[in-house]
Amino acid sequence: MTDEVARLDGNAAAGPLGRFFAFEATNLRVTCASCGAETVLGRLHLYRGSRAMILRCIRCGEVNLRLLEVGPSLRLDLRGAALLALGPEPATAAGAFALEAV
Amino acid sequence: MRSITFQATAWGGHMAGQHVDIRLTADNGYQAQRSYSIASPAGRGPHVELTVERVSSGEVSEFLTEELRAGDTIELRGPIGGYFTWNPSISSPLMLIAGGSGVVPLMSMLRTRNQADNKVPAKLLYSSRSADDIIYRDELDRMAANRDGFDLVHTLTRGAPTGWKGQTRRVDRDMLAQCGFQATEEPQIFVCGPTSFVETVADQLVSLGHGESAIKTERFGPTGDKR
Repeated sequence: MTDEVARLDGNAAAGPLGRFFAFEATNLRVTCASCGAETVLGRLHLYRGSRAMILRCIRCGEVNLRLLEVGPSLRLDLRGAALLALGPEPATAAGAFALEAV
Repeated sequence: MRSITFQATAWGGHMAGQHVDIRLTADNGYQAQRSYSIASPAGRGPHVELTVERVSSGEVSEFLTEELRAGDTIELRGPIGGYFTWNPSISSPLMLIAGGSGVVPLMSMLRTRNQADNKVPAKLLYSSRSADDIIYRDELDRMAANRDGFDLVHTLTRGAPTGWKGQTRRVDRDMLAQCGFQATEEPQIFVCGPTSFVETVADQLVSLGHGESAIKTERFGPTGDKR
């Protein structure tokens, strides 16, 4: 499997990021700590393992965010992001629901 | 492929293009989580619909397509994702490009447009392996027959039935130029499908002059384990 076919979009991290943020996080603008490019989080390149997600800068490939499940806890490593900026987009908060199939 | 409808009494509503996360826990404690796009129109309707593709060795999709029965209750988190969403109040043309089950979140956008009687020009270019693999075929045909500014183009990549009127090759630059909006029309573009499909289409759209920020993509990987 090559990197290219394993690549997803930052949007796929919306669920676990929702455990950290009270607002919808995929509209955050992320400034890369390496090259300075600013990218909407939902556009970052995402690579997923069984217990981890890494989100890379679409310009230089630097890892901007790492999500790691360690046992029951979830860790968010932000060392590769110099700045997170929140735009004026309406925020929606996900909730937990039990829905009945019909 | 199965479309599953849930009662939405407690549901707070969603935007077109959002997804839900479903986590299943086996008796031995093993957990599997997958994301599934919401197919029903935006807002607080009476129902939430998910369309799930059964993937081989996909524990969650197997449960949802084979074992879930009417009356069963499942726990999910959602609505999730604010990036790959369509805001119907923006009047730019809507250009949708789907590969396989990537049509599901785009169907939510088209149903939202239909339900709101929204007349923003819209086009769907939908690539399927064969005619039998086309999801929502009848409903899409009915939408196109309304002639309300929605154009539908199918393409089949692994052979077409006799009398097929659509395209019969992989989506390429010429097809996008011919079937899509021009860059000068400044469409909002949503591309969803397998990773290689999405990346090829996005590159071709950029080469046709569409701005990178106008192109929103949702890749679901090589195996189709998303959706």
